[in-house]
Amino acid sequence: MKGLVAPALGALGFVALWWLATVVQLADPVLLPSPAETFRETWAAFAEGPLWTDLQRTVVRTVQAFVIATLIGVPLGVALGAKERVYRAVEFVVDFFRSTPASALFPLFLILFGVGEGTKIAVAAFGAALVILFNSAYGVMNARRTRVLAARVMGASEGRILWDVLVWEALPQILVGMRAGISLALVIVVVAEMFIGSTDGLGQRVIRAQSLFESGLMYGVIFLAGALGYLLNLLFLLAEKRFVHWAGR
Amino acid sequence: MSPLDGSGAPGVIAPRDAAITIRGLAKAFGGQPVYSGFDLDVRRGDILAIFGPNGCGKSTLINMAAGLLSVDGGTILYDGREVREVRIGYVFQNYREALFPWIRAADNIRYPLRRMGLPKREIEARLERLSADFRVRFDLARYPYELSGGQQQLVSVMRALAVEPEVLFLDEPFSALDFETTLDLRALLQAVLKRLGVTTLLVSHDLEESIALADRLLMLTRRPTTVADDLPVTLPWPRTSTTLSDPGFVALKRRCLTVFEAAVAGRPVDGAQA
Repeated sequence: MKGLVAPALGALGFVALWWLATVVQLADPVLLPSPAETFRETWAAFAEGPLWTDLQRTVVRTVQAFVIATLIGVPLGVALGAKERVYRAVEFVVDFFRSTPASALFPLFLILFGVGEGTKIAVAAFGAALVILFNSAYGVMNARRTRVLAARVMGASEGRILWDVLVWEALPQILVGMRAGISLALVIVVVAEMFIGSTDGLGQRVIRAQSLFESGLMYGVIFLAGALGYLLNLLFLLAEKRFVHWAGR
Repeated sequence: MSPLDGSGAPGVIAPRDAAITIRGLAKAFGGQPVYSGFDLDVRRGDILAIFGPNGCGKSTLINMAAGLLSVDGGTILYDGREVREVRIGYVFQNYREALFPWIRAADNIRYPLRRMGLPKREIEARLERLSADFRVRFDLARYPYELSGGQQQLVSVMRALAVEPEVLFLDEPFSALDFETTLDLRALLQAVLKRLGVTTLLVSHDLEESIALADRLLMLTRRPTTVADDLPVTLPWPRTSTTLSDPGFVALKRRCLTVFEAAVAGRPVDGAQA
């Protein structure tokens, strides 16, 4: 409980500064509405329904992209990590596309998947899968050699070593990759909602609020997207603590 | 090759008494030979301590014997069999990195037994027997990282002995433990090993420990490694703290130190890589 006091004070301070800035009219009220107005407009959008649907759409797309990315990234990463020489061969390609802004790939994915749900999910899954794959492979490659030898000396086959030792050794890094992956998936989904023929989703809602000068709502949706990203990150941090109880000990 | 007293050839052991037979062993790292034409026989049930200067290839020898490291040439046979056909146990120096921290201590001990496909009842029976043998007074349902260093290494030893190994390899098993824990663990280990008659290869950089635990002490030279001396240790079992002040023990230790110093001084240049 005590640990929550400082962050809560920080958040209150931020809102207080924001409020102060609107009181002294630091900026045009259309560009910077007050916290109260932002809250009111966002709440209204929730109450009328569409914002709630937008939030759900974004969450569903992000989770879908993340699940696909995990199903591809973890097994492939673990397999590549176990065969280090193969990983070294594909490492450049993985690193290259990992460094490519996903938004630059939108046109390509539009050709491949058309204008629809599939494109947004596919491009987010692609970006997230590379991050997850990269982390899983490194987790396996950095597995402690002594543990592998210990398993071998106890008569474990190479397959058993992969399953009984390497996957566990890599698990902390796999979860780190999944955490980075879901954050990236959210980023890509929100951008995709803005630019690839969307009618719903938080990204679409932000850009529509902006073009309609509903600045209170725009700020509200930005905060909502921020809260969503923060929550997903927090969820994974808790999962890491729970499932990797031995990490760092 | 040996610059020393020429006692390089280990004592001949009748084939049926030999648990381990090493012939013409060759191994090089980066073109630098560590072993070339190395021969060794180990008698069944003996605890053989291997002692030598840093980097002389003590661990290399037992890692090759345990099948964890490939040989460049020669053979290492166990009663005519390859190592993968033999039940072995191995205790690593670094227990922190050798135990599996994601499963409980008891499951670490059960692990090799499950790999052997033993029935559950037999696995539990062995676990209980080991706990009694080593007078375990801590909770084996804990995770390894919740245990002290000595307890963790004890779990490693139990895991290695659970398979009822024909040969046990100990790679500096006590070097990361404090003195008191080392004495305790040493006493427990010698009692069990002598009772079960497990052929054991012990690598240690502690001369006192090597003598106290061994039936036979092999002193190695710097690279390329040869046998500087091969001594039987005939002190009576069990060896306790009073053994350490026994005149026989003291005389043996003095002789070993002389041999060791000669082995270190013998090749100061080409063996400098530690």
